[in-house]
Amino acid sequence: MSQRQITFEILRYDPETESEPRFQAYCVPCEEEWVVLDALNYIKDNLDGTLSYRWSCHMAVCGSCGMMINGEPMLSCKAFVRDFPNGGSIRVEPLTHFPIERDLVVVMDDFMDKLQAVKPYVIPKKKRTVEDGTYKQTPKQLHQYQQYSMCINCMLCYAACPQYALAPDFIGPAALALTHRYNLDSRDHGRPQRQEVVAAHEGVWECSFVGACSEVCPKDVDPAGAIQQMKIASTVDWYLEHLMPWRRK
Amino acid sequence: MAKSNKPIVWGLFAAGGTVAAFVIPVMILITGFLLPLGLFGSGEASYERMSEIVGNPLVKIVLFGIIVLALWHAAHRLRITAHDFGIRNDALVARGVYGFAALFSLIALMALLSI
Repeated sequence: MSQRQITFEILRYDPETESEPRFQAYCVPCEEEWVVLDALNYIKDNLDGTLSYRWSCHMAVCGSCGMMINGEPMLSCKAFVRDFPNGGSIRVEPLTHFPIERDLVVVMDDFMDKLQAVKPYVIPKKKRTVEDGTYKQTPKQLHQYQQYSMCINCMLCYAACPQYALAPDFIGPAALALTHRYNLDSRDHGRPQRQEVVAAHEGVWECSFVGACSEVCPKDVDPAGAIQQMKIASTVDWYLEHLMPWRRK
Repeated sequence: MAKSNKPIVWGLFAAGGTVAAFVIPVMILITGFLLPLGLFGSGEASYERMSEIVGNPLVKIVLFGIIVLALWHAAHRLRITAHDFGIRNDALVARGVYGFAALFSLIALMALLSI
């Protein structure tokens, strides 16, 4: 097993005691198969116990460890140190476009509010009881929305989205991809309710289709695709509502 | 939240994008290269022959559709491009580009009707 010394420049910030963020360098003996999260754990355990960051599963499932690594939004558990240029240092910062809670931990409130606004859960046509039994779904019906259900709420897409940076009211990629996921679900009839948010200016229309969200998504969800599909559906709605006003509810 | 009226321009943009991607290159190939090179026979690119083709009401409708959709596609595309370049005066840009598209839609209509 080969080992190499890598310098990590890590953003440190405690809003309660410091006026602005600063960078602190740590030299870490990294193993070949390490990811950036391993190096952070090494720092926390051996060099500086005061470093704060979120993580849990270490296997790209929980979505907790999203960070800016050399300026790119990435899951630190998926960012292998061997993939970074030899001899160079690795810069680690909290996800951009979010306020910093402390060090690499960001305040997620805005995302959580937006996620709730789009009602990301199955809204059935009429309430089912346990006696009614389970929902049946064909593999084809599952396939309709499965890709969009892979979202782990890691927020890398929000850090990548230039539109979210410019217009913080924008509902944003992940919440919209999840909206699409439930709209496409055969068990769900909640689309009219979600449309109140989706068809608003802050909904799909704030997106200018840069596509960075889909590029950085660690689960290949393709939020950009979901948003464009919802733009088409919302446009059809708009024309139907205005050309056939009697359809309006 | 109030529903946005953006579907008006976005609908034209999306339809125009499809036209610009699939139809415009074929139109350029036919009218810009194949016809002048005489692949459809000599005389096919003549003024008289062209006027005759465009004089057909069905051709007029199709041509109008292609030109107008491509214009509105370009207008909306330019609006977004301006935004991406950091021009934040969106209302002014929108008026400018859509005004251009509307003006040239009208010119296309008049030109086709006059043939």
